Amino acid sequence: MTSRRRWWLQALVVLIALTLLGVLVNNLTVNLIRTGLGLSFRWLVRPAGFALAEHPLPYAPSDSYAWALLMGWLNSLKVILAALILATLFGVSAGAARRSVNPLLRWLAAFYVGLIRQIPLLLQLLFWYFVAFLGLPSAPNSTGPLSSLLRLSNQGIELVGVPLSVEFSAVLVGLSVFSGAAIAEVVRGGLDAVPRGQWEAFRSLGLTEGLGLRRVILPQALPAILPGLSSQYLNLAKNSTLAIAVGYADLYAVSDTTITQTGRAIEGFLLLLLSFLLFNLLINGGMQLINHRVVKGRQRP
Amino acid sequence: MLKRRPLAVLLGLALLSGCATLGEGGASRLDLIRQRRSLRCGVSGKIPGFSYLQTDGSYSGLDVDLCKAFAAAFVPETGAVDYRPLTAPERFTALRTGEIDLLSRNTTMNLSRDAAGGNGLSFAPVVFHDGQGLMVTTDSGINRLEDLQGQSICVGSGTTTEQNLNDAFEARGIAYTPIKYQDLNQVVAGYLQGRCQAMTSDRSQLAAARSGFADPRRHRILEEVLSKEPLAPASVGGDQRLADAMRWVVYALITAEELGITQATVQRRYNEAKRRPELTRLRRFFGIDAGLGEKLGLNDDFVVKVIRATGHYGEIYNRNLGPQSQVPIPRGLNRLGRDGGVMVAPPFQ
Repeated sequence: MTSRRRWWLQALVVLIALTLLGVLVNNLTVNLIRTGLGLSFRWLVRPAGFALAEHPLPYAPSDSYAWALLMGWLNSLKVILAALILATLFGVSAGAARRSVNPLLRWLAAFYVGLIRQIPLLLQLLFWYFVAFLGLPSAPNSTGPLSSLLRLSNQGIELVGVPLSVEFSAVLVGLSVFSGAAIAEVVRGGLDAVPRGQWEAFRSLGLTEGLGLRRVILPQALPAILPGLSSQYLNLAKNSTLAIAVGYADLYAVSDTTITQTGRAIEGFLLLLLSFLLFNLLINGGMQLINHRVVKGRQRP
Repeated sequence: MLKRRPLAVLLGLALLSGCATLGEGGASRLDLIRQRRSLRCGVSGKIPGFSYLQTDGSYSGLDVDLCKAFAAAFVPETGAVDYRPLTAPERFTALRTGEIDLLSRNTTMNLSRDAAGGNGLSFAPVVFHDGQGLMVTTDSGINRLEDLQGQSICVGSGTTTEQNLNDAFEARGIAYTPIKYQDLNQVVAGYLQGRCQAMTSDRSQLAAARSGFADPRRHRILEEVLSKEPLAPASVGGDQRLADAMRWVVYALITAEELGITQATVQRRYNEAKRRPELTRLRRFFGIDAGLGEKLGLNDDFVVKVIRATGHYGEIYNRNLGPQSQVPIPRGLNRLGRDGGVMVAPPFQ
């Protein structure tokens, strides 16, 4: 009786899904035929005709749309990878600080997480870009002990000799600070999953807080942290599309120009979807590799 | 295949109902306007300098003055105009359904809007040659495109702004860095915060944005124009009498500037022409001889009424977009042909 009902339910769900898909595909083909457009990707080899502010490889407007899109993809990859690292640093520090014995550290970390989690990311990015970075003076600070390490101006930033654009820096800082707060909560959850006895044990052994955290608590918390961390990393990659609001030439910004110039919205969005799928498959794959190692490492002794 | 048939039927029905509104009556819209004793003019109401709703509820701008000029010619007794604020997607539908008599709303004339197989409009002569331009601060020392070598330029996404920018700079061999934002507000913010040495958009939009700046006089629009966006009033295609009347009202404004006939002097010049039969050209223009207005289905003295209502083209331009106005835009291409612009009118003969 119950198994028969389940069979019907499943068949119904499949039928509805197929009908919806059919309607969508039918709609798409009918509209494409009506407007005289078929799916075509030949425009990809035509010259793009627009310039890009940042390109990791040589690029000129006479290069193809495909090459311009690749530059956008690499720009996205660059900011995503850098933000992954920075956000992890922020998150682990703030997460650990929330379980610190120092009340000031605990309070600061709670304030950071509380403040950042309540404000939409788009607003934060606009703040970092238009207020913090563009509010800098237009000429870099040339004197002072820091000038060889960090030179700041609203025309660009130089970090130990590496020039970074203001747009890249704003997206990097905005994404890292925002994701860092989410990661801090994941880390705190992982630390709480470790039995209290483990904390008391390392303290009674006379280990310092830092050493105990690194050698005793974190290794045990890691399996609980990693799944939540992966999903924060995936969020970070997807959130990077907000870069267009602050003028960073990421994949979405390049696709946007490409679509308006060629009128190939469907093909453009298909490429965009596939590209983000690729980003997230890369991150997912990497995280699974780490997860696998951590779990295996725990089974060894 | 079967599934598509009902859709085709629906499409056919939609097309048929579209044709039904087109085929109403054989008379010109001009008769309807005269009967109604007021002109229904489609405007934007949101573009400073072109058509902008004032705090007192009246409209002002170049597009609005054009409406007044048309009304002075079509309904000389009252010159009344009924403004209809329209958004960009609404404007052609409003014309097609007959809600408005004509459109005077920052509309770029192009082939597909003009052609019967496209939007099927009739365009009057161009009243404003817009185009993509660049704005810089006056103290930057930038006077020409060449001065922007190696600088950053703030640009918004949409239409072909980026491509036009690149075409212009690449043709002159000038290197630059585009900082691309999603909409004009961010472009303005980036420019005002000093991220870019210049910002680019249509010149009318640059001027409108500048009118909202804290100190508009610190910003200048460069003379160079990177693309062409000819803006023209439009009416429904297939109504030749209305289209012709609109065309010659615009030409009358331009001719009046060529002849130096202003709002202040039109009455004196008219009286003078009446007294002196040897001023044949002026007498034809004012409709004292020949009856040119009658051929258009208007009063013979429609030119006098038009100039009395709005002044000549140059006066309209200066009132709304001139150096003393809220939204100053260099006249550039919109100067008369003899001054190096493209504004010319065929003879009134």
